[in-house]
Amino acid sequence: MEFNIDRVAELARLSLKPEEKIKLEKELGAILAYVQKLSALDTKDIEPTSHVLDLENVYRADEVKASEAAEKALEHAPKADGRFFKVPKIVQKD
Amino acid sequence: MTYEPVIGLEVHVQLKTKSKLFCACSTEFGAEGNAHTCPVCLGWPGSLPVVNEQALKLGIKAGLALNCKVAERLKFDRKNYFYPDLPKAYQISQYDMPVNGRGEVLIETKMPDGKFVEKKIGITRAHLEEDAGKLLHEGIVDGSLVDYNRGGVPLLEIVSEPDIRSAQEAYDYLTALKAILQYVEVSDCDMEKGSLRCDANVSVRPAGQEKFGTKVEIKNLNSFKMVQKAIQYEIERQIAAIEDGEAIVQETRLWNDTKSATFSMRSKEEAHDYRYFPDPDLVAFTLSRELVDGIKKTLPELPLAKARRFIKEFGLSEYDAYTLTEDKKLADYFEGCVKEGVSAKLASNWTLTELLAVLNEKKLSIEASPVPSQKLAGLIRLIEQGTINGKIAKDVLGEMFTSGKTADVIVKEKGLVQVSDTGLIEKAVEKAIAANPNAVAEFKAGKQKALGAIVGAVMKETGGKANPKIVNEILQKKLQN
Repeated sequence: MEFNIDRVAELARLSLKPEEKIKLEKELGAILAYVQKLSALDTKDIEPTSHVLDLENVYRADEVKASEAAEKALEHAPKADGRFFKVPKIVQKD
Repeated sequence: MTYEPVIGLEVHVQLKTKSKLFCACSTEFGAEGNAHTCPVCLGWPGSLPVVNEQALKLGIKAGLALNCKVAERLKFDRKNYFYPDLPKAYQISQYDMPVNGRGEVLIETKMPDGKFVEKKIGITRAHLEEDAGKLLHEGIVDGSLVDYNRGGVPLLEIVSEPDIRSAQEAYDYLTALKAILQYVEVSDCDMEKGSLRCDANVSVRPAGQEKFGTKVEIKNLNSFKMVQKAIQYEIERQIAAIEDGEAIVQETRLWNDTKSATFSMRSKEEAHDYRYFPDPDLVAFTLSRELVDGIKKTLPELPLAKARRFIKEFGLSEYDAYTLTEDKKLADYFEGCVKEGVSAKLASNWTLTELLAVLNEKKLSIEASPVPSQKLAGLIRLIEQGTINGKIAKDVLGEMFTSGKTADVIVKEKGLVQVSDTGLIEKAVEKAIAANPNAVAEFKAGKQKALGAIVGAVMKETGGKANPKIVNEILQKKLQN
């Protein structure tokens, strides 16, 4: 299975050193080759599995319940400003 | 060369639920920053999302109202990308098994000559997904602030087919869509509160060509008028570029309303790869016939059907019928008047012009009108019976707003009953003719308009109460002698 290690790294927001790239490319290639064995199977008559549990139609009623996490979340934030999380500057889109 | 625009719209509407799509946090607008958050919508490890039954039902209801094929089986998928408004680094959405498949919306679009033409706009799909958080940039130099109150709020994304051919059609489609969604009560569709958002995909192609041109996505559209303006601008920009021999670049452009133009986002165009996969935290759903049919039974008469009934049953003009039915409460108000037995045409005129003018001035919605439909019907009845004329009726309506009294009572108390006594009117007419020799001379010289000044003088003399029809008759007679 083909893949491009630079693209995989970019999508995962990982900055890899050249030697890491070589190592990971090899390892990832081996993993994909292993999984690739599955494609040898004939799945023509098998329904696609989206979940391993034999469950469906699980829902909850539309009821509001406040969570204590709201306060704690900001306590644990690497950076916060008042009631808000603070993140590095995002380019304003205009 | 002539070009044909090809437009498709992506509309996100917030579904009217009390709690979020996958957790029990409130969806109420305007709370303190991050007050409506919990481990699920903040994406804490070990938390488990569970689908809100009401959100699913509203999604189905909207789909049925848009004539969509509702899925027998649906699932939720993760759409993966990094952005600070997304705490989990993925958005729970629907990929290949959305709740609603193909559908269509019929619209009546106004042509440049003022006539209405029916047009069918296809719906590609309408799927459920969670909203992202909100980023705040203003006044902050060393970073951006994030509020996750909106994160996890249930949305229905309605994707249209590229069936729209003009900015006006896009506007008409949005108006029709909003009316339908409000009628079936799945969403408030309030753009100011972000409960309706719209992105437009626009391309142009030489007339007659089958293949689509390169499309551009326009964002930052905060009102239907803005959508219309931005699409019109973009159509003209693309045609000019092609005529100049430039190639259209597939990109996202932002509408700048102050400059009335679209601008390229110029962000590093990263290749998007959302790597959708089924969300292992959520199981699939099988929708029973009974459930879907049960929801279908709750659908009310939809706007276009209502408008067509108004035209057929009451003889309203297309314009009036479409305007009245854009808002269900306005349509209900009008029908409430008609049920009182007054003329539908007068009820339509008085609702659409006089009543709405006063409501707009007082910044009141139709359901908050201090003058209910029965009372407006009472006023209309007085006009029909010839008790008061239209001009006096306007004053009476104003009085009804402030005092809350019925038209009958106000007319009696203030002695506003129309004067139809020909003797009295004749005297007033004679006086007016004598006082306006210039106008009389002009009228006799063929200037019909001059009559207005004399009629005005008669009205003034009678305190505005003279029956205008009788005034005209007497005046014509006198002047012809």
